[in-house]
Amino acid sequence: MYQFNYHKPSTLTEATSRMVEAEEGAYLSGGMTLIPTLKQRLAAPSDVIDLSGLPGMSGISIDGDIVSIGAMTRHAEVAASDAIPALAELAGGIGDAHVRNRGTLGGSIANSDPAADYPAAIVALDSTVRTSIGPIAGGDFFTGLFETALREGEIVTSVDFRIPDAAAYEKFPNPASRYAVVGVMVARCGDAVCVGVTGAGPYAFRATALEEALAADFSPGAVDGVAVDSSDFNADIHASAEYRAHLVGVLTKRAVARLG
Amino acid sequence: MEIKVKVNGTAHSLDVPDNTLLVDVLRERLGLTGTHVGCDTSQCGACVVHLDGTAVKSCTVLAGQADGAEVTTIEGIGRPDDLHPMQAAFRENHALQCGFCTPGMIMSAIDMVQKSDGRLDEAAVRDGLEGNLCRCTGYHNIVKAVLAAQDRM
Ligand SMILES: Cc1cc2nc3c(=O)[nH]c(=O)nc-3n(C[C@H](O)[C@H](O)[C@H](O)COP(=O)(O)OP(=O)(O)OC[C@H]3O[C@@H](n4cnc5c(N)ncnc54)[C@H](O)[C@@H]3O)c2cc1C
Ligand code: FES
Ligand code: FES
Repeated sequence: MYQFNYHKPSTLTEATSRMVEAEEGAYLSGGMTLIPTLKQRLAAPSDVIDLSGLPGMSGISIDGDIVSIGAMTRHAEVAASDAIPALAELAGGIGDAHVRNRGTLGGSIANSDPAADYPAAIVALDSTVRTSIGPIAGGDFFTGLFETALREGEIVTSVDFRIPDAAAYEKFPNPASRYAVVGVMVARCGDAVCVGVTGAGPYAFRATALEEALAADFSPGAVDGVAVDSSDFNADIHASAEYRAHLVGVLTKRAVARLG
Repeated sequence: MEIKVKVNGTAHSLDVPDNTLLVDVLRERLGLTGTHVGCDTSQCGACVVHLDGTAVKSCTVLAGQADGAEVTTIEGIGRPDDLHPMQAAFRENHALQCGFCTPGMIMSAIDMVQKSDGRLDEAAVRDGLEGNLCRCTGYHNIVKAVLAAQDRM
């Protein structure tokens, strides 16, 4: 690791001003992505700003049909919560126990790793990302490979999720890391069906063709006739773009079958 | 920077460079070399310790993040003449060969048993040890040991 200055601010304004003052700052939440990156010398921030001392950033609260999860809430805590069972199942399938004991919701979505699990839920559920500047609609949050709508120095503080009528998450995990080769969350709210996909493309997205087919006929068979466009899909040693497109269909079917 | 940590019940006040890892505080500064570094890439679990009662990979925690916390390492859970039930179960079940992964396995297993709200079955133990790699045993006897220890903890 290169040298850096470590800070643990105790207010949101102190954290954002540290970032402004820094030559090159990096926020730190669980560190399960940032610290390995620092160790590999893939990043060389002058200042690391630990967000764990900020008040009110952690925990899960429910108000009517809105579940609000603090950005610093660890994956293990979400996994143990029954607020939205599909989200708990998703969080419980991230990495391993130690990763879940440290990694956070805010850190995961701010990173926009194409293989991360949470992004599937952010786009599939009716969600709002709350930040130090203002709210961002979940559907607008991911903008590219490792890119989000967050502006310079903006901190994710919490995420609001509207409780769906029903939802299920299915993933094809990488057998070593457990990251999603492809992950699909299917959610139903009234007559609407939302299908959020992670792992397949450069960032999480909604599969609108599948949503239309499932809105007309909510059954695994409805997925069969739908072609998944793989033109901008990821291809690597784990899976080709075509195989990922195939997995999108298979995992959507499995999720629909569970909701059947 | 100055950090305060309580390790195995003893309070320490240490001056460390800002980019120090918790595992290096334990091994290099405090001489607690029972905590191992296997991969140094957050994958193998040889470095697992308890941070405020929760199992974490100490190669992926900065010293600053542990400031004010209580840390328990393999040295803090038992003595050679008075093994922790998990250590005893590992010995009885032949759950180690070279022993390199063992401290991390035992610290993970203790946390898993303490957090379980009922009896762990074989599948739950295997899932709970997902983040701990062993290159020798094939895991079978490790799982047996954890299942045996939960009755005695
Ligand atoms: C072995 C291993 C296996 C894993 N497996 C999976 C898996 O199966 N699925 C999965 O989804 N993930 C997986 N992960 C990643 C894990 O979930 C990380 O915890 C997560 O991606 C990042 O969260 P963090 O809190 O650790 O963030 P950090 O590492 O602290 O930060 C990540 C990035 O986000 C920025 N950031 C952090 N918090 C905020 C905030 N509040 N506002 C703005 N920016 C912020 C940081 O500056 C940094 O750039 C794995 C990691 C490891 C080491
Ligand atoms: S040395 Fe920490 S996980 Fe391998
Ligand atoms: S006993 Fe040798 S690595 Fe596990």
